[in-house]
Amino acid sequence: MDYKAIGLKAGIEIHQQLDTREKLFCHCPTVLRDVLDRNGEFFRYLRATESELGEIDRAAEEEMKQVRQFAYYAYDTTCLVENDEEPPAPLNPEAMEICLTLAKMTGATPVPSVHVMRKLVIDGSNTSGFQRTALVALGGSVPAGARIETLCLEEEAAQRVEGDVFSLDRLGIPLVEITTAPDMRTPEQVREVAAYIGMLLRSTGRVKRGLGTIRQDINISIAGGARVEIKGVQELDLIDEVVRREVARQQHLIAIRDELRARGAAIHAVYFDVTGLFAATKSAILKKAPLILALRLIGFAGLVGREIQPGRRLGSEMADYAKKCGVGGIFHTDELPAYGVTAEEVEAVREACHADPGDCVVLVAASRKKAECAAQQVVRRALLALDGVPEETRKMLEEGNTAYMRPLPGAARMYPETDVLPVAVPQAYWDGLFVPELLSSKAERFAAEYGFDDQLSRQLAFSEQCVLFERAVADGIRPMLASRTLLATIRELKRDGVAVERLTDAMILQVLARVEDGGLAKEAVPDVLRAVAGGKDLETAAEEIAPPIAVDDLAVLVRRIVAEREDFVKSRGMGSLGPLMGVVMKEVRGRVDGKVIADLLKREIAAML
Amino acid sequence: MTDTAGLQSGDQVRCRYAGTDLAGTFITRRDGYAVVKLESGYNIGIPEDAITATAAASAAAPVMPPVPQNPDLPSVAIISTGGTIASRIDYRTGAVTSQFSADDILRAIPGLTGIASFRSRQLATILSENMQPALWQELARAIHAEIRSGAGGVIVTHGTDTMSYSAAAVSFMLETPVPVVFVGSQRSADRPSSDNVMNGMCAAQAAISDLGEVCVVMHASTSDDRCAIHRGTRVRKMHTSRRDAFASIGMAPLGTVAYPSLDVTLSPGAVRRGTTEPALHDALDDRVGMVTFYPGMDPAVIDGFAGYQGLVVSGTGLGHVSAGCIRQLAALVRDGTAVVMTSQCLNGRVCDRVYDTGRDLLAAGVIEGEDMLPEVAMTKLMWVLGRTDDPDEVRDLMRTSLRGELGRCSAHGL
Ligand SMILES: [Zn+2]
Repeated sequence: MDYKAIGLKAGIEIHQQLDTREKLFCHCPTVLRDVLDRNGEFFRYLRATESELGEIDRAAEEEMKQVRQFAYYAYDTTCLVENDEEPPAPLNPEAMEICLTLAKMTGATPVPSVHVMRKLVIDGSNTSGFQRTALVALGGSVPAGARIETLCLEEEAAQRVEGDVFSLDRLGIPLVEITTAPDMRTPEQVREVAAYIGMLLRSTGRVKRGLGTIRQDINISIAGGARVEIKGVQELDLIDEVVRREVARQQHLIAIRDELRARGAAIHAVYFDVTGLFAATKSAILKKAPLILALRLIGFAGLVGREIQPGRRLGSEMADYAKKCGVGGIFHTDELPAYGVTAEEVEAVREACHADPGDCVVLVAASRKKAECAAQQVVRRALLALDGVPEETRKMLEEGNTAYMRPLPGAARMYPETDVLPVAVPQAYWDGLFVPELLSSKAERFAAEYGFDDQLSRQLAFSEQCVLFERAVADGIRPMLASRTLLATIRELKRDGVAVERLTDAMILQVLARVEDGGLAKEAVPDVLRAVAGGKDLETAAEEIAPPIAVDDLAVLVRRIVAEREDFVKSRGMGSLGPLMGVVMKEVRGRVDGKVIADLLKREIAAML
Repeated sequence: MTDTAGLQSGDQVRCRYAGTDLAGTFITRRDGYAVVKLESGYNIGIPEDAITATAAASAAAPVMPPVPQNPDLPSVAIISTGGTIASRIDYRTGAVTSQFSADDILRAIPGLTGIASFRSRQLATILSENMQPALWQELARAIHAEIRSGAGGVIVTHGTDTMSYSAAAVSFMLETPVPVVFVGSQRSADRPSSDNVMNGMCAAQAAISDLGEVCVVMHASTSDDRCAIHRGTRVRKMHTSRRDAFASIGMAPLGTVAYPSLDVTLSPGAVRRGTTEPALHDALDDRVGMVTFYPGMDPAVIDGFAGYQGLVVSGTGLGHVSAGCIRQLAALVRDGTAVVMTSQCLNGRVCDRVYDTGRDLLAAGVIEGEDMLPEVAMTKLMWVLGRTDDPDEVRDLMRTSLRGELGRCSAHGL
């Protein structure tokens, strides 16, 4: 597809959790907990409030269609700030420093007086009903081809446990939000920019790692389409697919609009009560519904059921809107008869709404209040279909599809966080901020300085072990030994079930230093680390696993092994070195460096030949 | 340089900063910077010379239509004094201030109009730390007037900091046949999670209930599950910030209002509607002080209350102060000051007959405040001294329960 020709414009917002000691607005640790460890539970209701300009935000209003009760789990690592029972502490200076460091890395300019805002979020994920957020810097760029519009510091939301139950451990962890301009023109470019910013973030060495610690939101539009914001893409590998599917969705919606207009489609905003028609239905959902409303979409036949993303139809979009009223979904005649609804029932419904064959009829089944709300939502979405692509915030589904979440929020959802004073960014502080080496530069340096191949250099630079690696090298450990231990040995031990998390950085460095001092063969490193992780001290472990062998004893051993295999040595010549190495190594079990053994063996073999 | 001296809140501006050119709204000046709300909704503080005015603020604030009401519902008066149940953001300082009218409360809590028919009176818009005894008197008069003109219940919105003082003062000044409900919010009304809606709804329901006394209605727990109804003379703010900061001390709450069902449950001891005729006794003598004793306290501090008509002491334990302080208190009593002893334990009864110190205090003429809360004893002493300056009568009244502020028995199980 020629994305330039269709006018693709995409931008991204990257949200990354920061690995600070404390949360953004309280002094709790930034640790995630098991819900079973909760020590308290409470519940609240949230309602939209007027902003300072006297408006209610449309996105917030959407969430208000249902009055919902939200339950929260508290822990011995959360406090009254997370409970929305205490004013926030001042903005965490450590988080501010990381955010400003990133600003400096992208060439952005800091805001001299940073103001914390409240962004209305009443889906329950924030106990207060808002997310605290501050615009920290403006106007940077990344070499991957995008301008950075803003860098913001935000508090992470509570983690949804299920339904309307949230866990407070995550609430308040600092997030940096990096927003690019809509400068990207192909799906691949979106992915590249996201990958570059991800690298930038990790170059600080002060961000959280692992699933869920980084999330991408993508803004997409095409010519004739509309701006759509897709929330919460967690896997980098899915980004380009998400973009491709959104482009396809917008193209299909534009095509549907054109066809609807050509057909003279219209919406009959009158609902028919067809509950009676389903008194004896085989559809379990319709049978138990207190009220079934039917809605006639004139000229929509076949289009409500048209696929716009793999497995998703225009009808799915209408269902997304209806679900905001608390209904499970909708039925429409493009997909009926099915789900226990018979052809006769469909005919009866069509008749009841005076629907022509060119019309589509939508059914909503629920209590009166919910059903009427849902029917209005279907009408709303159907009207939007006549305009093409609605501006929306959408959420990620599996494999790159998306579903409607809420309208794009407006500026009315932001108002000042009056409990936090503005934070000044003095010029001298900014000038003094240290800019860390990029991981990509680090990888190049490893390749050049240590002779590592590109793949190893990159793997090492981007790994969590990189900091420890650099410390080891600075301590005089050979780079190859350090990298093999940190990247391979530890991972293998972990795979074998060794409790490697008990190995402190200091312990690992001590083991490696002992190798460099000649007190331990590098072959013994795995066994010694295993023993140390099991609780042994280094001395005991080294003594038990690899008691040093005197050079004389080793010479005797090597001579005996060569002598016992005289025929083999004579027939293979120097070719016997490899196999004999294995025999000797097994005998000495890592107590002697392989190079020493090889030298001795070579000498003995040569003597015999 | 652009002349920004004439900028008004709400003016449209352009910001040229950090290589960007952004449209925004001028909010205020703060910390030497111009605070601008960008189109994204973010406020930033940037140098004033980076902004240029492009258009003036739209002139008038939107006019809010009056809130429609159902006249068939019970009549309830709302008297507002300020506080965070009614707060809005101040553009100039960025701070939350109390500035809603009582009508704004109906707008902020739409469910209220389904409970009662409200008339509203705005007595003050102050933060409750600025409350004065003179305003307590005005408040009692206003409530009395509302009851006389037919209100079946009265709601007083009040900042939470000193709400219990006001509730106690009104309790003494007013005899009421209908519920007089003090209510506030601990978490500001400008947040979606504010407790103002639930507290307001529960207060309204309490105001049309069978209760017939002055009370405080606030969250009973951190969840939005129920409000407690506390007696105005037995309630105290016991936490700086939690929703359930208010607690009844020395007795169980008068009842609860469940949420969202709004079912009211009253305890047998709660005074019922119609028990008395409305009456106002609004004299107060505000020359009454209160002092908390602490180890090592300089007795000269007590001299500072010379000339006061009354002094409430918050003593240690059963009601004690140091020997040096006893001498100063004795001197105060000699000079005509009524001195009442209460305990900083808050829970339990003062008893100055157990230890020598206590006996010395009694000998000095100090009045035992029974199990009254110090602040309640203080407002009561103001009221008692507003009625009489006969020392024996003062002593008798201070030790008699007038509005349920003290108990003959310290109930077990609290
Ligand atoms: Zn906390």
